[in-house]
Amino acid sequence: MLKGSYDMIYVNQLNKHFKESHVLQDVSITFDPHITYAIIGSSGSGKSTLLRCLNGLETPSSGEIKIDDINIFESKDNLAKARSNMGMVFQNFNLFEHKTAIENVMFALIKVKKLSHDEAFKTASTALDKVGLSHRYNNYPHQLSGGEKQRVSIARTLAMSPQLVLFDEPTSALDPEMTIEVLKVIKNLVKDGLKCILVTHEMSFAKEVADMIVFMDQGKILEITPSEQFFTQPVSTRAVQFLSHTQFKGETQ
Amino acid sequence: MNIDFTRIIPRIPYLLQGVQVTLTIALVAALIGSVLGFIISLMTSKKGLLGRVLFLFVDFFRGTPLYFQLFFYHYGLPQVIPGFLPTAYHSAFVIFSINSAAYLSEIFRAGIQSIDKGQIEAAKALNISTWDIVTGIIIPIGAKNVLPAIINEFITLIKETSVAAVISVNEIMRRHTIVAGTTFRAFESLIIVGLIYYTLTKTLSIVGKVVERKLRYDLR
Repeated sequence: MLKGSYDMIYVNQLNKHFKESHVLQDVSITFDPHITYAIIGSSGSGKSTLLRCLNGLETPSSGEIKIDDINIFESKDNLAKARSNMGMVFQNFNLFEHKTAIENVMFALIKVKKLSHDEAFKTASTALDKVGLSHRYNNYPHQLSGGEKQRVSIARTLAMSPQLVLFDEPTSALDPEMTIEVLKVIKNLVKDGLKCILVTHEMSFAKEVADMIVFMDQGKILEITPSEQFFTQPVSTRAVQFLSHTQFKGETQ
Repeated sequence: MNIDFTRIIPRIPYLLQGVQVTLTIALVAALIGSVLGFIISLMTSKKGLLGRVLFLFVDFFRGTPLYFQLFFYHYGLPQVIPGFLPTAYHSAFVIFSINSAAYLSEIFRAGIQSIDKGQIEAAKALNISTWDIVTGIIIPIGAKNVLPAIINEFITLIKETSVAAVISVNEIMRRHTIVAGTTFRAFESLIIVGLIYYTLTKTLSIVGKVVERKLRYDLR
């Protein structure tokens, strides 16, 4: 049976190899889905891979992920349970190219939540309105700007009312103007109580929305530190170095 | 010039009756070939023993002439399989179906590969079932991408049914041979036959264009 909500996500000794490279090395972490995390680190540090393991888009080479007492890689059923309460927003939006904005949002509502067409339309339009796209229902992805596409993809995820949303570099494919537009949407959602795990390169954004910062480097988690502390007094020397290399200026907000 | 249609005109209805035979073979082969080809394309896109065996099978049917395949099935196999005596239609249906399945499976495979993996990942993350991913995402997007190639294959199929004449299936070319043999008017008969084939393939390509326009959501 599906449980209404998760209490804890346990990642134990996760390893992932892609051919020669060892992208996750004995990663262990416990995510409390009642708070928001930002996973940061340089490119190739394994942050996206870790995120993609959480909903089984990537299968680890070894180790396990448990949501409460459910091992998500044990069976298809378990994976479906894990995914039923976890949304995901991708760097490249990944909208269904042959469906309009509203159809993109309605598809899973009809197929997975088994809503009727009318119910799905209602839920989908509420979600699209929430991300400021009331005027874009009937546009195809190729007719939308990058920022709009990402907002549709956020609406598509939100419409399923997940407990937790995984954001995989949601603004990395966007220009600065659209980045602001999308970040604003995510900030508002978090303000309204949405919990998420974000992989991002936007440091001030991470600082603003995340309760905890997970800092990764070369396939390992170097520290898990409360947000305020991380940006002023990071624990690891690698994090000090990383922060000094990013444009993050601490007090820009 | 020695051209005289008067003796051919009474035989035109006889030639035209071949259209039904030609189209029946093409239609059956297109239908069975599509279903079979789609299943093969799904199997061969996965690695594994079955996928490899099927790939070899497809490769063989793409690498040998249809003429040979018809002969092999119709005249070759009955020699080694006791009691196996396929009728000409039976052989034509089987070989044209398998042959077009082999070509279509490659087209479908290209169609599946043309789909951006990200969209499938998004669907998986939304917990959409494999069935709904195949029917709701892979087929509609893939169909748009490969429709011209599919129509092309169907046109080829219509033309190639003429090969069935060699195992005496009573299709258009076979009828022509009979008409030409009895009237001694090969040229005139061939003109009619050429027009019939061209009308068939042209109609199909026009239909294909209309369908393609309907499927091109990127042009809306």
